Amino acid sequence: MEYGLDKRSNALKIFNTTFIVVWLLVACFPFIWTFWGSFKVRADFFSRADWWYAITAFNTLLETGGKFTTDAYSQAWTEGEFWKASRNTVIVTFFVVTISLFLGTLGAYALSRSTRNYAFWILIAALIFRAMPHITLVSGYLFPFFQLQIWGILPTTIVVLVAINQPFTLWLLYSFFKTVPKELDESALIDGCSYFQAFRHIIMPVMWPGVITAGLFSLMLAYNDFTVTALLLNQENHTMVPKIQSYLGTNQHEGNLMWAVSAVVSATAPLFMLVMFFQRQVISGLTAGAVKG
Amino acid sequence: MGIKSPLITLMPNKTFFWFFLPTGLAMILFIGLPIISTGIQSFYAQHDQVVKEVKKCDPFGCTVSIVVDQEKTSKIREEKPLGKFNGFGTYVDRNHLAIEEIGKFWNETNSFGEFVDQVTNLPFYKALIFTLTYCLFVTPNVLLLGFIIALSLNAVTRRIRGPLIFGTILPMIVTPLVGSLVLFWMIDAEGIIGANLQMLMDDPYLSLKSSKTLTWITIIIYGIWHHSPFAFVVFYAALQTVPQEPVEAAIIDGASRWQRVRHIVLPHIYPVVTFVALISLMDNFRVFEPIIGFSAEGSAQSLSWLIYDNLVNEEVILFGSAAATSMMTIVGIAILLAPVLIRTWKEFRTAR
Repeated sequence: MEYGLDKRSNALKIFNTTFIVVWLLVACFPFIWTFWGSFKVRADFFSRADWWYAITAFNTLLETGGKFTTDAYSQAWTEGEFWKASRNTVIVTFFVVTISLFLGTLGAYALSRSTRNYAFWILIAALIFRAMPHITLVSGYLFPFFQLQIWGILPTTIVVLVAINQPFTLWLLYSFFKTVPKELDESALIDGCSYFQAFRHIIMPVMWPGVITAGLFSLMLAYNDFTVTALLLNQENHTMVPKIQSYLGTNQHEGNLMWAVSAVVSATAPLFMLVMFFQRQVISGLTAGAVKG
Repeated sequence: MGIKSPLITLMPNKTFFWFFLPTGLAMILFIGLPIISTGIQSFYAQHDQVVKEVKKCDPFGCTVSIVVDQEKTSKIREEKPLGKFNGFGTYVDRNHLAIEEIGKFWNETNSFGEFVDQVTNLPFYKALIFTLTYCLFVTPNVLLLGFIIALSLNAVTRRIRGPLIFGTILPMIVTPLVGSLVLFWMIDAEGIIGANLQMLMDDPYLSLKSSKTLTWITIIIYGIWHHSPFAFVVFYAALQTVPQEPVEAAIIDGASRWQRVRHIVLPHIYPVVTFVALISLMDNFRVFEPIIGFSAEGSAQSLSWLIYDNLVNEEVILFGSAAATSMMTIVGIAILLAPVLIRTWKEFRTAR
């Protein structure tokens, strides 16, 4: 039965529809607008004279001869070296996801199968770690990393992101493994398997739904991170998000704003596609810890 | 705790250890140790520059000037890279708790309002007030808006819900820097909303940067926009589990829509509300990327932003100052988490 559809007055129906339309506009329009504007020149998208230029493409026509231009993209990707930033993002994301899942599944499986007190306290500690603002951790890393001379390189950042990501991954996979019946692996143990063999042959084949959800969240964390990547990577190794910030320019250097706009679109598009395909997993992950209370 | 299987009661400690070792090591090395490292750094301050007197003589006489001894300065920095021991000095200096300055203000100002004014102009207190204001306005509004969206979408035909949910969660999946930039480009004086506001208000100088209040409101609106989808997703999932019989019974008894929400739906999803409030509070407390996205450093600074600013300092990285702010931020987080931790501990003890 459709909850709440009973004896619904027309006024309420209209109100409900209007509200949803307005909200969706608020939620999506900024992205549509940025996408549209990324094919214009700066004088149109950031027009001092008339914002309507962004629609009519007045200056874009003058400067490039067409209503749409991909100049911002081609310049940002070549001159702006956005290709390098996106390559770095791919490397960081790939390794963070793989290592996170490897460590996370092992740890979370053990937590879900242990009924001792320390398992409970480890989960609480993970919750506290999850609450730490990343910038406070970064302020702890910088000095030792400078001393050890491992600052600025991709492997350091990957390891740090994996660690920062562990608390959430552990909680997510822990609540997933709790739903996998204990009898499955226990029967294997009775048959003489070791815990590792039981994990390898019994748990691994059934854990993929949970792993995909956890993987998506690790991916979003690594892909979206700004705090860690901006401060722990040198210019050369910057990933996409800090790169976008560098296009904005500071007071001393005039940035190239249209590069930033096209870079934002380039960085956001793959993420949106991914979420479109895996919408159900994202939502189940967000609610995993919550709905059980 | 729980029903134990008669055959295999517990995972042996040794097995648990090996399973948990990799993730445990990662967390200890890169979350536990950095917190300790931050604690140690906060007691040190960067070295002062070593100065020397240089006597310069020319036919007209001798002058003594003071210059920085580069060689000695870099040598001492190399020998003791952590800086000089400063105890709680950094915590109480002007850029942090500013104990001395507050005392001075207390004695010098005439009215309490003036005193508060002076104190809230100190960098740490300014940032603290912004951070708390942000949390205070964003968190409840996120809960409210998320709940309303969830109720609304839940009443829509199931077939078209998928795309609607996708549209709703977009603000949440982009990184805060990108989210705030996308809004900033519209709200700025040269963007579509900013330009139209100028026209509406008939004020050609109206812009985000011109007013502190406007900047704060914008960042708070951004916060609500960015976090509401999370609250929505959790509430929406919880709404799917509301039992139908009491709702139907209430309809038969003639309960209004509001009464049904108030007496059946809300009590059912109450535990989830606490969860969302907690997560949202934790995330809002670390606000800092929107400040960069909106280029709002001038009028809005948060605790996390202060740390970031110390760490990207151009001349010399202010490790000590950043660490002291970090430690106080961690204390803030601890205060936020305390009620939850105490409750969990009590539940745990009664469960045994």
